[in-house]
Amino acid sequence: MTEAISHTSRTEDVVTVRAEEVLVEPPMGDVVMTLRDVAVSFGGRMAVRGVSFDVRAGEVTALIGPSGSGKTTLLRALNRMHDAVRTASVSGTVRLGDLDVYAPTTDATLLRSRVGMVFQRPNPFPTMSIYDNAVAGLRFNGVRKRALLDEAAESALIGAALWDSVKDRLKAHASTLSGGEQQRLCIARALAVEPEVLLMDEPTSALDPIATKRIEELVGELKERVTIVIVTHNMQQAMRVSDRCAFLLMGEDKAGELIEFGPTARLFSEPSDPRTLDYVNGRFG
Amino acid sequence: MTSVGTALPGPRGRGRRFSLPDNGYRAGLYAVALLVAALAVWFLVAIVIQAVPAFSTLGFSWIVSKTWNPAHGQFGILPFILGTLETTAIAVVLAVPIGLGTAVALAFLVPARIRPALSTTVELLAAVPSVVYGLWGLIVLAPVFHNTVEPFLTTAFGWTGLFGGPSRGVGLLLAGVILFVMIVPTMVAVSRDVIAVVPTEQVEGAVALGATRWQVLRKVVLPGARTGILGAFTLATGRALGETVAVAMVIGNSPYIAHSLKAPAATVPSLIVNNFGESTGTELSVLIGAGLVLLVIGVLVNSAARWLVWSTGTRSAGLELGR
Amino acid sequence: MTVVLEPPADPTLERRAAIQAAAASSLRRRKVSSSVALGVCWLFLAIAVVPLVAVVYYVLAKGLPAWSTDFFTQPTKPEGVAAGGVWNAIVGTMVITAIAVAVTVPVGLLCGLYLAESDSGVAATLRFTADVMTGIPSITVGIFGYIAIVRNFGYSGYAGAFAIGFIMLPVITRAGETAFRGVPHSLNEAAMALGARKATVARRIVLPTALPGVITGVLLAVARGLGETAPLLLTIFGNQFLQWSPSKPMEALPILIYNDSSQPYADQVQLAWGAALLLMVVVLVLSIGSRLLAAHLQKERR
Repeated sequence: MTEAISHTSRTEDVVTVRAEEVLVEPPMGDVVMTLRDVAVSFGGRMAVRGVSFDVRAGEVTALIGPSGSGKTTLLRALNRMHDAVRTASVSGTVRLGDLDVYAPTTDATLLRSRVGMVFQRPNPFPTMSIYDNAVAGLRFNGVRKRALLDEAAESALIGAALWDSVKDRLKAHASTLSGGEQQRLCIARALAVEPEVLLMDEPTSALDPIATKRIEELVGELKERVTIVIVTHNMQQAMRVSDRCAFLLMGEDKAGELIEFGPTARLFSEPSDPRTLDYVNGRFG
Repeated sequence: MTSVGTALPGPRGRGRRFSLPDNGYRAGLYAVALLVAALAVWFLVAIVIQAVPAFSTLGFSWIVSKTWNPAHGQFGILPFILGTLETTAIAVVLAVPIGLGTAVALAFLVPARIRPALSTTVELLAAVPSVVYGLWGLIVLAPVFHNTVEPFLTTAFGWTGLFGGPSRGVGLLLAGVILFVMIVPTMVAVSRDVIAVVPTEQVEGAVALGATRWQVLRKVVLPGARTGILGAFTLATGRALGETVAVAMVIGNSPYIAHSLKAPAATVPSLIVNNFGESTGTELSVLIGAGLVLLVIGVLVNSAARWLVWSTGTRSAGLELGR
Repeated sequence: MTVVLEPPADPTLERRAAIQAAAASSLRRRKVSSSVALGVCWLFLAIAVVPLVAVVYYVLAKGLPAWSTDFFTQPTKPEGVAAGGVWNAIVGTMVITAIAVAVTVPVGLLCGLYLAESDSGVAATLRFTADVMTGIPSITVGIFGYIAIVRNFGYSGYAGAFAIGFIMLPVITRAGETAFRGVPHSLNEAAMALGARKATVARRIVLPTALPGVITGVLLAVARGLGETAPLLLTIFGNQFLQWSPSKPMEALPILIYNDSSQPYADQVQLAWGAALLLMVVVLVLSIGSRLLAAHLQKERR
């Protein structure tokens, strides 16, 4: 109970905190995104519902829960990735600042320049060089000026801790990078557009432990620059990287719902809901 | 049950079924394989041998000479080579963009429910015999070209100098268009296959960055399918180069170099098919030599196509290829 | 100790503003380009489909009226006389195709079996040869048929079958190889472990299992062979009389269409349409049939 904080990135160690520390929440920054009663269904079948919480600037918000609880579905609703699916229907309100994300007047492509995404498996464009990959988002959004492209690429690659290894081979194909490096390239690609929010869908699940560790460190460094919402099925990872967590669980009707939302430290040590307690204690995965 | 294998031939086991010993079996298969290989060799040798007299009597200049007048001993086949290249060029210039656009539409734009039906229809039409296309072209399309299309094109584009002479209906343009109609299914089928297998994650990656649909297609999907599309292009070109009867039926069969898209012309295959029956001696040898020239071109193009399609690992349209 | 949130570095904010400005100002242009490009794709789809549909429509519309009992039972009559039928052409096509199939299918399948079981350099060369053979222009195949058979034995159905067979052979070989390779190794190994000779295994296990794939390939090869015209023009010469014997010149449907299409007599042109419809129907039935069989085969495998 009076132990010092031992907060490591080794997977199995349990965090022990001092009693007083538990009660200190992360300071409440500005709200960047709000979700109210968000629900997603596919052809009438509900996938996730009743989700409401706020995403605050400069923080890492994690969506956690067992598989099938709708975490990824919810994440993808935040940048309107479900637009491409004909049978998908999203209800509730998602706001980015004062923009209603799902308003008919809101343009989805413009939205995605403000809310970026990194996927589970690294997906750099194979026909493009490292540089072209990094600036791909900028070019899609109509940026032409070479100076701006170069500046943004360098800043993004530095931010993704990739600059030093690639600065001399920017013209090389993206496929010459290792898996972990490719994922960091994808992060750089998303960062280059300077989004306000970065969505990450289990970004380390396809990577080896060393690469995973690097990216977790990166997430910690990046959160000041861009607000991060990360989906992870790895509880320890959530504990390591996130400031706040949203715990989702599949209900009886096979739809995911938000069980509890709050500061990570509190959620993992004194959660309000018994189901959260069960999950963080590993009673079900 | 099956019998125990031994090295001796002869009836074994139940019934009187004779089963070859393993050595005999393998030897038999090998023999058949060699037979087929021998057939291919025979093919090449026969054609080359029959073509030799043309080269020994006339040298090589006839391949690029432009006067075809057998009665006076002139066997220039340049007009026909040009005709082949020109009709193929017209067909391919039309088929590549239209075929690609159709493939994109079928892979991304058409509602999922009618997608399989529409794709199958287009592919099935690749199986329609070329002589049927030729018949349709001659009887249905030629009058339309004669009365409507060619006058219109002459008025609109006459300034390019490509549309001199009277509008006849039959001619270079009609032949090129019929060829286009025939090779479009090939172009569409193969392109659609390679476009559809571009991984979704790449498409999603581009979408998530704020790309419009066309930007995704142009920067991610089409480059990703690049090699396969090239393969489709070569396959279609190969088929156009070798096409005989449909072209022969609508090209007007004139042995002179065409100076206008509306002029009648001829191709190497149409030359051969029209003159083969009555020719003898040197002329016959020349015709066979022309067939050899065509063969070389056709084989090169087809081999390149196969290698390209294979190297991208796509499902090859193996059973429906060029005629 | 509280975490102090530093405000983001200025360059980031400036870049963000510049990027958002570029994005907003180019939005309209990008969306319009996208709509136009996709519209063009739709247009091209229409351009590709329309002529294909038109061909089928016209062949149906003009060919169906030609179909009558006479059409199917009478041979062609000389020009000028009221056209008879296409029975001699049907006979010719059937006989030639039958001979070609009878020879090519066994040889092609055995070849395919060889290729499926062997990965030697010889096999690779053979495979390559078969692929190259499918790309040979059909007119050149006709020339070969002429050289090989007609010069020595005259125009005949056999020459035509030879040429058509040459075209069908690589198709069947490759289809056979694919079908035989699809037979799971476990089946072969089990049979051989029980002591069966390879020939027995091939006959009792590989062939029956691969049969659907083989039939699919054969159907497609036949469909392809039926449509070939140029090789026949050089080898069977044509014959306006009914001729069952393949050692003589014969008539065939593609040749009839080719010749009659340019005739000034409306009757003869109509015969051509009728024959075209017949050819088209048979070829499409074979193609659709082979697809259905292939799909059925997929389901069975599950």
